[in-house]
Amino acid sequence: MAIKVIIPTPLRGYAGKQDSVDVQGATVGQALNSLTSRYGELKRHLYAEDGRLRSFVNVYVNDEDIRYLQKDDTPVKEGDTVSIVPSIAGGAFQAEPSTLAKKQNSRGEGLDGHQD
Amino acid sequence: MSRHWLRIREELAGRIAAHGVETYPHECCGALLGRDQEDAREVVELLPLANQRNDSPRNRFEVTPEDVRLAERTARDAGLELIGWYHSHPDAPARPSEFDREHAWPWYSYIIASIRNGQPSDMTSWRLQDDRKAYDSEWIEIVAPVALRPGGRPRNHPAPQAAGANGEQERNEWLLR
Repeated sequence: MAIKVIIPTPLRGYAGKQDSVDVQGATVGQALNSLTSRYGELKRHLYAEDGRLRSFVNVYVNDEDIRYLQKDDTPVKEGDTVSIVPSIAGGAFQAEPSTLAKKQNSRGEGLDGHQD
Repeated sequence: MSRHWLRIREELAGRIAAHGVETYPHECCGALLGRDQEDAREVVELLPLANQRNDSPRNRFEVTPEDVRLAERTARDAGLELIGWYHSHPDAPARPSEFDREHAWPWYSYIIASIRNGQPSDMTSWRLQDDRKAYDSEWIEIVAPVALRPGGRPRNHPAPQAAGANGEQERNEWLLR
């Protein structure tokens, strides 16, 4: 019996169109390494250039967020399910100066919060 | 490479803009539930969500993994897929920012609604490229209700179930604008 990694919909195209992949490993890090060794294109979507999981990639072991366990070193055993769950983030460019100026005049607000 | 298409009923596009107006000058956000078909994606329903980015809601939005799971369950229960996300850019263009790109997932459709001075201004849709370096723009095909012409036949789309409560609207056929 292996460790099952649940692949979120947006990444299935990089994992042979599968919704889950069975891997081996003693920790979450090893399990994900086993996954990305097999499906190399997943790597850039899961890891930042510094090798750490991207901030909007959330990993759960049997519904427990690894951030509250031992992160990559969280132990896993056969039969465990590792889920990759997206969080979604984004936002605008810096607002245009003309609009900001109008807002400052009408509301007396500064530019805080508009810096990208 | 073939161009991406995203089909959406006019009423749903209007609801996205209305959500952006409601939360202005803060960003709104929500999930796109629909079908991913070979020729085009179709948004069938929306799931408006609360922007969890309380520290900088005027130019940032965030959907928690719990809300992502909620959106996936809601889609599944309706026989649909979670096909993407929408958010607003208050007083900014309906174009993805660098911050959008850094945080985007591939495959999803990302609708951006520009809201200027509290009024809807523009709406675009985007998909992240495989290499994460840029976005592809996605053509939005807005499907609008028009009165049934004598002898007219529906062209491409059956009348949606959510066409409206009154009989008049029920009889409408839906054509591409």
